[in-house]
Amino acid sequence: MNELALAIPWLGKRNPLAARWLVIAIAIAAPLVAMAFGRTWVRVLDFALLYILLALGLNLVVGFAGLLDLGYIAFYAVGAYTAAFLASPHFDVHLPIWIVLPLAACFAATAGITLGFPVLRLRGDYLAIVTLGFGEIVRIFMNNLNYPINITNGPQGINALDPVVLFGWDLSRNIQVTEELSINSLFLYYYFFLLCVVGSIIFIQRLQISRVGRAWAAMRDDELAAKAIGINTRNMKLLAFALGATFGGVSGVLFGTFQGFVSPESFSLMESIAVLTMVVFGGMGNIAGAIVGAIILSALPEILRHLAVPVQQALFGHVLLDPEVLRMLLLSLAMILMMLLRPSGLIPASAKYSHIRYLKAKGVTE
Amino acid sequence: MEIFLQQIVNGLVVGSVYALVALGYTMVYGILGLINFAHGDLVMVGALTALQTMMFLMGVAPGMSPIAMLSLSLLVAIPVCMLLAFTMERLAYRPLRNAPRLAPLITAIGVSFLLQTLAMIIWGRNYHTFPQLISTTPIQPIEGVFITPIQITIIVVSALMMAGLVLLVTKTKLGRAMRATAENHRVAALMGVDTNMIIALTFVIGAALAAVAGVMFASNYGIAHYGMGFMPGLKAFTAAVLGGIGNLGGAMLGGIVLGLVESFGAGYIEHLTFGFLNSSYQDIFAFMILGLVLIFKPTGLLGERVSDRA
Repeated sequence: MNELALAIPWLGKRNPLAARWLVIAIAIAAPLVAMAFGRTWVRVLDFALLYILLALGLNLVVGFAGLLDLGYIAFYAVGAYTAAFLASPHFDVHLPIWIVLPLAACFAATAGITLGFPVLRLRGDYLAIVTLGFGEIVRIFMNNLNYPINITNGPQGINALDPVVLFGWDLSRNIQVTEELSINSLFLYYYFFLLCVVGSIIFIQRLQISRVGRAWAAMRDDELAAKAIGINTRNMKLLAFALGATFGGVSGVLFGTFQGFVSPESFSLMESIAVLTMVVFGGMGNIAGAIVGAIILSALPEILRHLAVPVQQALFGHVLLDPEVLRMLLLSLAMILMMLLRPSGLIPASAKYSHIRYLKAKGVTE
Repeated sequence: MEIFLQQIVNGLVVGSVYALVALGYTMVYGILGLINFAHGDLVMVGALTALQTMMFLMGVAPGMSPIAMLSLSLLVAIPVCMLLAFTMERLAYRPLRNAPRLAPLITAIGVSFLLQTLAMIIWGRNYHTFPQLISTTPIQPIEGVFITPIQITIIVVSALMMAGLVLLVTKTKLGRAMRATAENHRVAALMGVDTNMIIALTFVIGAALAAVAGVMFASNYGIAHYGMGFMPGLKAFTAAVLGGIGNLGGAMLGGIVLGLVESFGAGYIEHLTFGFLNSSYQDIFAFMILGLVLIFKPTGLLGERVSDRA
């Protein structure tokens, strides 16, 4: 939160406290403002929060530990399909979210370690390809495991996932406050996701300055040196994979239950790349960066979707580039240009600096 | 027995295409230590450019002989891919040559997706029928084993191109400069090699091979679309790793082996898993091989180059 506040262009340095309140205010008020433009925008915000969770998780792996993972979406898929198996009419199992969530986290973490073990010795670029292959294998299985026994229901996916029910409170139903005033379920999900995101941010922030986080940083900057000073790089890498995967799995569950339906299509390589672009765009190894990257790159395509079509129609008389193409164009250009022009991302040095200052202020010696 | 021989034929055909593409990966990796993710997409660009040229030629000169048409379309597709590779290297990779390891890799992924998106904009999302100018009527050299003239052409052309490349790298001055650059940039530069030029040329030569591979690939299957290069690209990369990345002979061997494994795997997977898995799992073989090779023998079948070069 602190880093995010400091990243606000002008106010952040002048008055950090006010900036911090501003961030909180924006986070709380965002769906209300979005509602003024229509319900779809609240939905966009909900998805933005899910992408933030994903980006935070991937940032652990790529940014903190320096392991380029191109199959990250596979863990998201593991989470979503766990929810689909354990809380839907597909197998007629309906477990509550409190059981599904930890189970999915365990499964995803196990998947993370399973992937982590064989690739431990691989260097950056090989690692990228192997993880990409892992993601593809998971997707191929999701697509084809409907025969001879129907497990995943193939390309059609699984429908009618149970909604999130917290203490008997169904988030998918609108709350009727008075006759004319009702709180839409999208809002409920928004604040639920917001809570998850805030929790994750606090957790990751503590993690970053902990022994583990510092070990990751050392390993990322120089693996040999890290080994020499007694860091167990094997365990640290596995931990990074497992924790990153856990985040992926948890957001997968949230995604599945929120959307009410899962299919292999949602877990394509393009999505892995999209999340990676968010992390890269915002600034690798930086919590605020991951958040900002995720917000911008998940909301911008939606804005384009609504702007681009009418603008193109007005200019050329017909739609030249459909929104999906625009999204891909945007993501790929963001990735290339960011690496060429500003490799440390949107919010790089200042946040890092504040982090060191924070450590000094706390009296933590490194 | 017929099935066995048939799988060998299929494997050789696919494998020689993989080998051609793998050469591009391995040359660039050998010189720069960079996995050029976008190399697979050059295959796609080659195929679609050739398709465009064929369409144009069919409109202008409908009576043209198929061989002339194929050659002309290759004459367009190869330079287009070369130019693209040159631009790519110049704009996206060269500025990052001394950047941290992850940076060029991420850029390469970006370039790959950019190429796919641009192709999607130019040629649309649908699958295009690719004119099969060389006959696809199978002949039977042995009773029960089928091979089409186009498949024969693929094997022959790949073999010729690979032989040409080996000659280029081992016998010419350019080849010596390439090997020197791969060995050590700085020393090569001190010996008077224009290393920037050599690196650009490596990309360009790889692109030419990819363009030919693309045309052959599309001719064999009779279709082309914007995403067709990605999977063959990944598999070719696997082939390069399998053979020992940075090693030309290895890339060829890896391509052929991978093609054979894939075709045998697809043919027999149903028997091996008692009908639980079928040939729609064909694509996982490449990834499994990649994983296994990297874990147990990271230097590949023929590679001496240490993969842990910092």
